[in-house]
Amino acid sequence: MITDTHAAHADDHHHGDDHAHGTFSSYMLGFVLSVVLTAIPFWLVMSGALPSKQITALVIMAFAVVQIVVHMIYFLHMNTKSENGWTMMALIFTVVMVVIALSGSLWVMSHLNSNMMPMHEMTGMK
Amino acid sequence: MSPDLLKLIFGRLGIDSLPLHEPIVVGTFVVVALGGATLLAGLTYFRLWGYLWREWFTSVDHKRIGIMYMILGIVMLLRGFADALMMRGQQMLAFNGSEGYLNAHHYDQVFTAHGVIMIFFVAMPLVTGLMNYVVPLQIGARDVSFPFLNNFSFWMTVGGAVLVMASLFIGEFARTGWLAYPPLSNIGYSPDVGVDYYIWALQVAGVGTTLSGINLICTIVKLRCPGMTMMKMPVFTWTSLCTNILIVASFPVLTVVLALLSLDRYVGTNFFTNDFGGSPMMYVNLIWIWGHPEVYILVLPAFGIFSEVTSTFSGKRLFGYTSMVYATVVITILSYLVWLHHFFTMGSGASVNSFFGITTMIISIPTGAKMFNWLFTMYRGRIRFELPMMWTIAFMLTFVVGGMTGVLLAVPPADFVLHNSLFLIAHFHNVIIGGVVFGAFAGINYWFPKAFGFKLDQFWGKMSFWFWVSGFYLAFMPLYVLGLMGVTRRLRVFDDPSLQIWFIIAAIGAVFVLIGIMSMLMQFAVSFLKREQLKDVTGDPWDARTLEWATSSPPPDYNFAFTPVVHDNDAWWDMKRHGYQRPLTGFKPIHMPSNTGTGVILAGFATAMGFGLIWYIWWLAAGSFIAMLAVGIGHTFNYHRDFDIPADDVVRTENARTKLLAGVK
Amino acid sequence: MTVAVNPSQTGAPVFYVADEHPHPEGFSTSLGFWIYLMSDCLIFAMLFAAFGVLGGNYAAGPAPKDLFELPLVAVNTTMLLLSSITYGFAMLTMQQNKIGQTQLWLAITGLFGLAFIGIELSEFAHMIHEGATPQRSAFLSAFFTLVGTHGLHVSCGLIWLVTLMVQVQKFGLIEANRRRLMCLSMFWHFLDVVWIGVFTFVYLLGVLR
Repeated sequence: MITDTHAAHADDHHHGDDHAHGTFSSYMLGFVLSVVLTAIPFWLVMSGALPSKQITALVIMAFAVVQIVVHMIYFLHMNTKSENGWTMMALIFTVVMVVIALSGSLWVMSHLNSNMMPMHEMTGMK
Repeated sequence: MSPDLLKLIFGRLGIDSLPLHEPIVVGTFVVVALGGATLLAGLTYFRLWGYLWREWFTSVDHKRIGIMYMILGIVMLLRGFADALMMRGQQMLAFNGSEGYLNAHHYDQVFTAHGVIMIFFVAMPLVTGLMNYVVPLQIGARDVSFPFLNNFSFWMTVGGAVLVMASLFIGEFARTGWLAYPPLSNIGYSPDVGVDYYIWALQVAGVGTTLSGINLICTIVKLRCPGMTMMKMPVFTWTSLCTNILIVASFPVLTVVLALLSLDRYVGTNFFTNDFGGSPMMYVNLIWIWGHPEVYILVLPAFGIFSEVTSTFSGKRLFGYTSMVYATVVITILSYLVWLHHFFTMGSGASVNSFFGITTMIISIPTGAKMFNWLFTMYRGRIRFELPMMWTIAFMLTFVVGGMTGVLLAVPPADFVLHNSLFLIAHFHNVIIGGVVFGAFAGINYWFPKAFGFKLDQFWGKMSFWFWVSGFYLAFMPLYVLGLMGVTRRLRVFDDPSLQIWFIIAAIGAVFVLIGIMSMLMQFAVSFLKREQLKDVTGDPWDARTLEWATSSPPPDYNFAFTPVVHDNDAWWDMKRHGYQRPLTGFKPIHMPSNTGTGVILAGFATAMGFGLIWYIWWLAAGSFIAMLAVGIGHTFNYHRDFDIPADDVVRTENARTKLLAGVK
Repeated sequence: MTVAVNPSQTGAPVFYVADEHPHPEGFSTSLGFWIYLMSDCLIFAMLFAAFGVLGGNYAAGPAPKDLFELPLVAVNTTMLLLSSITYGFAMLTMQQNKIGQTQLWLAITGLFGLAFIGIELSEFAHMIHEGATPQRSAFLSAFFTLVGTHGLHVSCGLIWLVTLMVQVQKFGLIEANRRRLMCLSMFWHFLDVVWIGVFTFVYLLGVLR
């Protein structure tokens, strides 16, 4: 705090460097991980290896979440330090908003459909 | 020419698209055309075009852009209010078998246009304009983070406003209500251009709003002067930050909803149709995910203005700064959890309704906390009843009433009775006029001397105040009564003659508000004429507390000759208390962004593209799109976007101020 | 917290920065661009929400099982993943100031992106040919819009990529161009993240349904 002015301006000059860049090995690690995390869900669905569809669905969704995290870390170089944590903060806020809007919409609309619409016949029609 | 060729060139546009059969519209057109022609002739005669283009239209200075936003908001207020007067007149007259003077086709456009204009082109520009003007000054910055983007955002907002205004004379506006619910807004039931005007006006303006949101967030996060930690930011800056976060997180939702609606209309997809599996209710759900945060986008900055005004005119530090900040943040997040209370009656059932009912009621807690903070700030303060403070007190009284009726509506069973009734209309006008409009007026009266160097006239200000406030109560309290009696919104004619008296009172209220608006225009004119008497050279006419008052009025292009250093929440108050001496020497060149016309050009093409899409003039739409892309890419090839204000110029400006200040003493 | 900044001789607090350096150009750009991406993320979230709600409404038309060819989707996903790593290489070579190699990797990235768009368009054309048009059912409307919006983003990324390659060629790897390449890299990887959602929720779960 004491050297606020100087600290702030020191930040200015080095701002380009506070953004993590990644190295060859981190990119390769991210790539290998994402290939694996992509291949397994595709294989699970195409081969039908797991006994029930529900389990398969849950497993591939879990893989998707893990893969998103992998991409965030190794390709988008997310960390808690860049921009004084503001990028991470923005990301967390956005994730919260996305979860609220997505799950809220699904919840609201499914209740609506079960209350108001003859949906059961319609989905059965295909 | 063959009809095919005509259709290729003009799309749906033809002579019969002009509303020549509507005498009211033709009359309005004549008046607007004459006024416009006079204005243009005047600008040409006094050779102001070059000045306007160089100094204003192409300006990237946040102060000028802020002022232009305010002008846009006030001009559109006149249009939106004209619609309101027409509605009040129609509803007052249409009794005892009378049809009133507006036919259904026209009346439906009037109430739709009123809502759209008031929210998107009055409230939003006023709020954005104040944030644009004040925030960089309050945080001791020279400009916003992306000055060019700021100019572009403004012109996109203008582009949207231009499209709405064009709909008055070329074709028609939507007849769907301000949120254009399908299936009514779908192509089958609204085959005309009205809804397309609605869609493209909002899409064009929405791009501008989103970008300006990103811009202001970055400005607040990155450009605060040394010493200003987050918890030392002025409350207006805090509420602006939260508002812009809400903008960035909610306007994309509006963009998507409108895009899906336009796909339904233009391509024939089935998102919101009645058949092939579409669901009109999904539209209602999605648009309110944007719509509810929008309410807080408007009111949060107003809360910030009231905080600044209360503390300045009570001569005290704001009570409960920390709780004010937390209340703002909590409101920001909660505003995402309540959208369903706009459609309790849609039928999602008891569990869903109770969840959203409860979250809605919870929002009143942080809001109430704010109210108590303002009251405690005033408690034992030395209150000066200047105009901004008067608006603030009117806000406190009015907004509490609006908030209470809001909590009433948040109870789902009560909402089943009151949904879409005039009670709801009264409620949201109560919070939007009592909160946002009064807030904007408090802000205008408070910061006007900063922007122009002279105060606003007291007499006409008080006229405007009293007519607005009494007019508001006269106009909307009867609507509460009518709503409780079961009158629904958007009705054009009435059967029950006993209702008429309430509509007459409401119409008188509207006339009062009209006098209030006229008084405000008068206030601007009189203040301009009396500017020498009302002059303020100190830069701090209210003995205020935050950083924007540390510089001259109007501030120089560069805002501060030296970037300030902050030690306290009320930075300027702290500086005055410690006997701050204005630096007189040692000025250095100041690095500033250069003006550019690219924003105007891009927004012009975007508007033309919208117009082309509305009228199915495909060549115009495609051509404008390609032109936009080309100009945009061309702009990125310009790497030299800033310049240095030479030290000599800074010295000259600062010396002039020194002389002025010496003259006072 | 009244801490003196640059205490002067008198000990009174200092209220302005006498020796000031302007913020470097592009000081806010990476944060601003990130916030833009977050808003874009919400655009996709809403399209996912539309797909989630309407994706089961086939209106007696074709269902995902009848339409989706997972091997093709797998190839497409591979294209996008490869383009991600090649963009990463472009960024690495950019840091070593190797213009030629940077341009080469950018070009390869662009080709993978182009392949992705090509495969997607042929998939769309095939579906439309079979009668599975966006107008056929709410499910297909939501499908085409969600996947199409992603494709549109990739196309914009390609236009941007070409523009940047021209600018790098013309002006070299100057600070401004590095910053722009960094922004495009964020954009590109962000589209990758969105695609993870698309292939999982639309294609894989669709076939499972």
